[in-house]
Amino acid sequence: MPGLLAVFRKEMADNFASKRFLIMFALILLAGMSATYTAAQAIRTAVPTSSSGSTPFVFLLLFTVSAGMLPSFTSFVSFLGPLVGLSMGFDAINGEYARGTLSRILSHPIFRDSVINGKFLARVGTIAIMLVSISLVLAGLGLRLIGVPPSAEEILRLLFYLIIAVVYVAFWMSLAILFSILFRQAATSALAGIAVWIFCTFFMSMIAGTTAQALVPVDQQNPQTVIAQVDASMAISRLSPVTLYQEATGIILDPSARTLSPLVMQSEQIGMVPGSLKLGQSLLLVWPQMVGLVTMTMICFAISYARFMRQEIRA
Amino acid sequence: MDERAQMAIETVDLTKRYGELTAVNKLNLSIAEGEIFGLLGPNGAGKTTAILMLLGLTEPTSGKARVRGHDSTREPLAVKRIVGYLPDNVGFYEDLTAVENMLYTADLNAIPKKEALKRIHDLLGRVGLADVADKEVGKYSRGMRQRLGIADVLVKQPKIVILDEPTLGIDPDGVKQMLEIIVQLSHDDKITVLLSSHLLHQVQQICNRVGIFVEGRMVAEGSIEMLGLQILGGDPIVVEAEVSGADDALIGALKKVPGVSEVDSLDGTLILHCFKDVRGEIAKCIVGTGKSLSSLRLRGHVLEEIYLRYFQEA
Repeated sequence: MPGLLAVFRKEMADNFASKRFLIMFALILLAGMSATYTAAQAIRTAVPTSSSGSTPFVFLLLFTVSAGMLPSFTSFVSFLGPLVGLSMGFDAINGEYARGTLSRILSHPIFRDSVINGKFLARVGTIAIMLVSISLVLAGLGLRLIGVPPSAEEILRLLFYLIIAVVYVAFWMSLAILFSILFRQAATSALAGIAVWIFCTFFMSMIAGTTAQALVPVDQQNPQTVIAQVDASMAISRLSPVTLYQEATGIILDPSARTLSPLVMQSEQIGMVPGSLKLGQSLLLVWPQMVGLVTMTMICFAISYARFMRQEIRA
Repeated sequence: MDERAQMAIETVDLTKRYGELTAVNKLNLSIAEGEIFGLLGPNGAGKTTAILMLLGLTEPTSGKARVRGHDSTREPLAVKRIVGYLPDNVGFYEDLTAVENMLYTADLNAIPKKEALKRIHDLLGRVGLADVADKEVGKYSRGMRQRLGIADVLVKQPKIVILDEPTLGIDPDGVKQMLEIIVQLSHDDKITVLLSSHLLHQVQQICNRVGIFVEGRMVAEGSIEMLGLQILGGDPIVVEAEVSGADDALIGALKKVPGVSEVDSLDGTLILHCFKDVRGEIAKCIVGTGKSLSSLRLRGHVLEEIYLRYFQEA
């Protein structure tokens, strides 16, 4: 692929040098540090009386426990991740048109798709480096604060969490790239991205709830209908990548979680062995969520690719 | 090498349609190695579209374009390896320096960094930007950007350069520098140059041949002298007379003046095509009919006359 590596290198360098990236990096790092710090405080007071078996996954709690006013690190990522993705992608292509650089770049002996592939891959790389390095800093901080080293399984679980988080942020980035191809103005594509983000973060659960109420009314005599409504509501909210990320993260980082549904019939709980799930079992539980996130990302990229290849070079 | 390969650029019935609009209509163009060819036409005539098709950046609706024997549609990479293209309104990454921008270009052309740096500093010196080489391009003036554009095009050491409106929007001094650089490219580096412009007198100075391109069609092509002869029908002299209240009677009278072959009226200005300089007789004739003559002059730019003709027809 002539040119792919050149575009990749250039975009990577651009990303790391950009002020946007530095701001986002600082924002997530600071949010993460304060979340980890308060989580550690809570863990230190709570662990001695913990009842979750002989091996409580204390280290994972650093990333998932929210104490006091502050949400956990994973919820910070759920909330701020889209912003990171959008900020990296919203002017990826229309910015090149606006600067008049695209026709110049494409007049060199490279394939046209090298430009979009290089841009996409460089951004995925940047997201991965950003999230991994922040997580390492937080892990180090947590280690000092609680003094309990992570077990091998906890490290593996964190690794899977990072993969999910990278895909999640990459989804928002590829959505932003798609908007940067569909809209000629960078401001328009940024606003479109923010609109989707706000919709998915704040309104999706409300809409899912009301739609489910309309579709599956609850019959007071029949408790099954309550569960059916909850299931319908969850199915609808899973259209949002935010839900997928939250569900996947919740299961992967919490070995004691064994179901995604908030409601479990008592008949189903009979015979359940108390204890925690193995990593493989947790993965199995959220496999659809992970595949869903990857698919959404790939769909956005595929549409972007097709549109970009057909687009006229002249603005 | 077959005969086709002898031509630097050749197009056969090259056509591009956007829905109803025909941007380029059956363009037949051949440019020999080492030539400076000027593609002349008003804005929106389809010059840029034609150029993009030559580079394989836009697919033609029908017809063929060949650059040194390579088909632009089928082998765009082979074409883009030997052709340097300076787009109109060339853009750079504003927060990178000139050298950084050009290093990216070199990287896209797979030129090793060491070699690239050597070429870049040479070229920046050549276009007179050596002392601002490490300044961000965002701080460059329009003329400097154009010169940087030329340097950028030359990094890959092309055999052919295509310049789209290279002198647009820069001051007269910048234009002069730009034209000098282009002539140098042709003379010293033996590079074939295709440049498009709507500014005739600039092109006239440096082109070996020009093609006049109006509404997607090439209406005339050849050296400027040849075009003059061909189009002005052997009437080498054009006289412009400003007369207040010119009417048909006056035009009729002027046509009878010996030496005058044709009289056109254009916004109160009379344009007379003559075999020889008969301004004295013309003046006498106009004054004789009682009209007041405010100016009478010989037209210098033959090309402009040619150009105007086609604009009127189009």
